[in-house]
Amino acid sequence: MQFRINGQTVEAAVDVRTSLLDLLREHLHLTGTKKGCNQGACGACTVLADGQRINSCLALAIQYQGREITTIEGLGTADALHPLQAAFIEHDGFQCGYCTPGQICSAVGMIAEWERGLPSAVTGDLTDGNIALDHDELRERMSGNLCRCGAHNGIIAAIRDTYLAEAAE
Amino acid sequence: MIEFRYDRADDVGSALGLIGESGKYLAGGTNLVDLMRETIERPTALVDVSGISGSIEEQAGGGVRIGAGVTNSAVAAHPVIRRDYPMLSRAILAGASAQIRNMASVGGNILQRTRCYYFYDDAARCNKRAPGAGCDAIDGFNRIHAILGASPDCVATHPSDMCVALAALDAIVHLRGPEGERTLPCVELHHLPGGRPDIETALKPRELIVSVELPVVPFARRSTYRKVRDRSSYAFALVSVAAALDLEGGAVRDGRIALGGVAHKPWRAYAAEAALKGKPATAESFRAAAEAELKGAAPLSGNGFKVELAKRTIVSVLQELAA
Repeated sequence: MQFRINGQTVEAAVDVRTSLLDLLREHLHLTGTKKGCNQGACGACTVLADGQRINSCLALAIQYQGREITTIEGLGTADALHPLQAAFIEHDGFQCGYCTPGQICSAVGMIAEWERGLPSAVTGDLTDGNIALDHDELRERMSGNLCRCGAHNGIIAAIRDTYLAEAAE
Repeated sequence: MIEFRYDRADDVGSALGLIGESGKYLAGGTNLVDLMRETIERPTALVDVSGISGSIEEQAGGGVRIGAGVTNSAVAAHPVIRRDYPMLSRAILAGASAQIRNMASVGGNILQRTRCYYFYDDAARCNKRAPGAGCDAIDGFNRIHAILGASPDCVATHPSDMCVALAALDAIVHLRGPEGERTLPCVELHHLPGGRPDIETALKPRELIVSVELPVVPFARRSTYRKVRDRSSYAFALVSVAAALDLEGGAVRDGRIALGGVAHKPWRAYAAEAALKGKPATAESFRAAAEAELKGAAPLSGNGFKVELAKRTIVSVLQELAA
């Protein structure tokens, strides 16, 4: 099978049952993406497919051939952090760090959804094209990513600092 | 997960040709892949239909046709759905997480299977998983289970939020199978458990959901969806209510109500709707309507709270719509 991962075309001989998550970790050795629950309940495995956040544990790899997959490795490196990675450090957006790659990929997808005007479960007026990304909106939109260390406040602060300071300018 | 053959369908015709006797249609996979990993679902072939029936179209005479392959996110985000059927947008947005909504299809949402713990646990007895085995939920931990329409064989609930709104809106499901096309009202697609909880829908072998049609419901602009759950996001409903109100001069001309989290299928509250018609839009009328609907409730050892919760949620949602 042929895939597009972080801008590169890669080949992998994998069983049809292989999840996108296992393809990334076990076959391509991109271990930034984490396996938490492996059943779509925690968000640790979140990656971007054509810019949209998905749970790679529930995705059969074979379905994602030809899609542009972006993992945490494609967003930033140790030498060149993604601005959100730097903000997570600044705001203590993690303790153990296990959920962090998923949180960051999720936040990147979340901001793109918000910029396209997508509402959430806490949006007051569904017909409003300009939804203010306040604390409740951020928490709701990030609710698919659990952090068992309880760093959610730091995560929200990091997202606000990275994206909403710019939006306010 | 057992081995399976994988084929990608280019159109509905090729999907029907590929599916075979023990195949399953695959779209987002958010429920099916999980169930296959648990070997609860054991298809020997998967036909990927995620690339077909992927558009939302406004109909010439009003109403909207939603392709079965459209993602949940795309339905919730669609400007016409947000404006004309807010309860549907809100129901979808109340379900799962953004990641799952980005993957999950409309057809798959309709056909998702119960979240009863005993259905998932292959060490437990479950008539849905193994017909005739018995049910460990009836005398077990049944806080999340059904209070309406259950049977001695099954007390599971249907987990979808989207389908609750579809039931309230009188949505029509368009199907295609080896014998051709047909339509079914959404409220007739899912079965109550009766003696065969393993047969969950009216779908015939190999039939594929092609689209869902939302009829014109002008007063659905005044509609919403409220989900009551153990945490404020990303949890299944204990009770949910989809409702629309048609008000005239302080009275209810017409109304639509459906309940989630209470039955084996999205529960259209016909008794409550009938009780509301022509009544003043007051808390007293709303309470009477809720009482009428829940009169037949039969709670289990652990979910008696759902009866009052459902009543109060109905009243609260109707009050919000009438305000």
